[in-house]
Amino acid sequence: MNHYETVFILNPVLSEDQIKETVKKYEDILVSKGAKMISKENWGLKKLAYAIQHKKSGFYHMFEFTVEGDAINEMEVAFRRDERVMRYLTVALDKHAIAWAEKRRNRNKKSA
Amino acid sequence: MGRIQDQAKGKKDGEIRYLTPLNIETSKTKKYCMFKKSGIKYVDYKDPDFLLRFINEQGKILPRRLTGTSLKYQRKVAVAVKRARHLALMPYVADLLK
Repeated sequence: MNHYETVFILNPVLSEDQIKETVKKYEDILVSKGAKMISKENWGLKKLAYAIQHKKSGFYHMFEFTVEGDAINEMEVAFRRDERVMRYLTVALDKHAIAWAEKRRNRNKKSA
Repeated sequence: MGRIQDQAKGKKDGEIRYLTPLNIETSKTKKYCMFKKSGIKYVDYKDPDFLLRFINEQGKILPRRLTGTSLKYQRKVAVAVKRARHLALMPYVADLLK
């Protein structure tokens, strides 16, 4: 099992329900592959630094999870096929990154 | 060049010579790697405000010789900036970013 982190940007024209549904879909893909979700973050509607598909903003979501490596491929294929997803980035976390992610989570929890 | 004695008498104009060496400040404050100094082990691409100090106004990554970052962390900074750009947290090209 490896530790991963995925950030993806959803199209800003989607409705609240569509976003929830999309996020749920990717969560289900991961869970069905035996992933253990560690955290889910919703950064909300953020302004993009540059236009993507002529859109100037997007809904950012982040997952942190542990899963076997081959599940990542399946998820990314789904990302590429889905036109609601404008960008995605999956990063494997090393031990320093895991420590930082935990610290960040606790900090966010405190401020929330 | 006139001799010092001549200058003292003011024989040669327009040329300044000093008997004691000038006190020119040569030891500037030494640059340091802020990651090593503050013990940061992971450079987070999700924090564009932090990464802002390693890029210039045009959004280019600053060289090590300007920021003082050690090679180990410069590589991590570069990767983090590139990831942030991919996720549109930072611009690829910009103008008057700071």
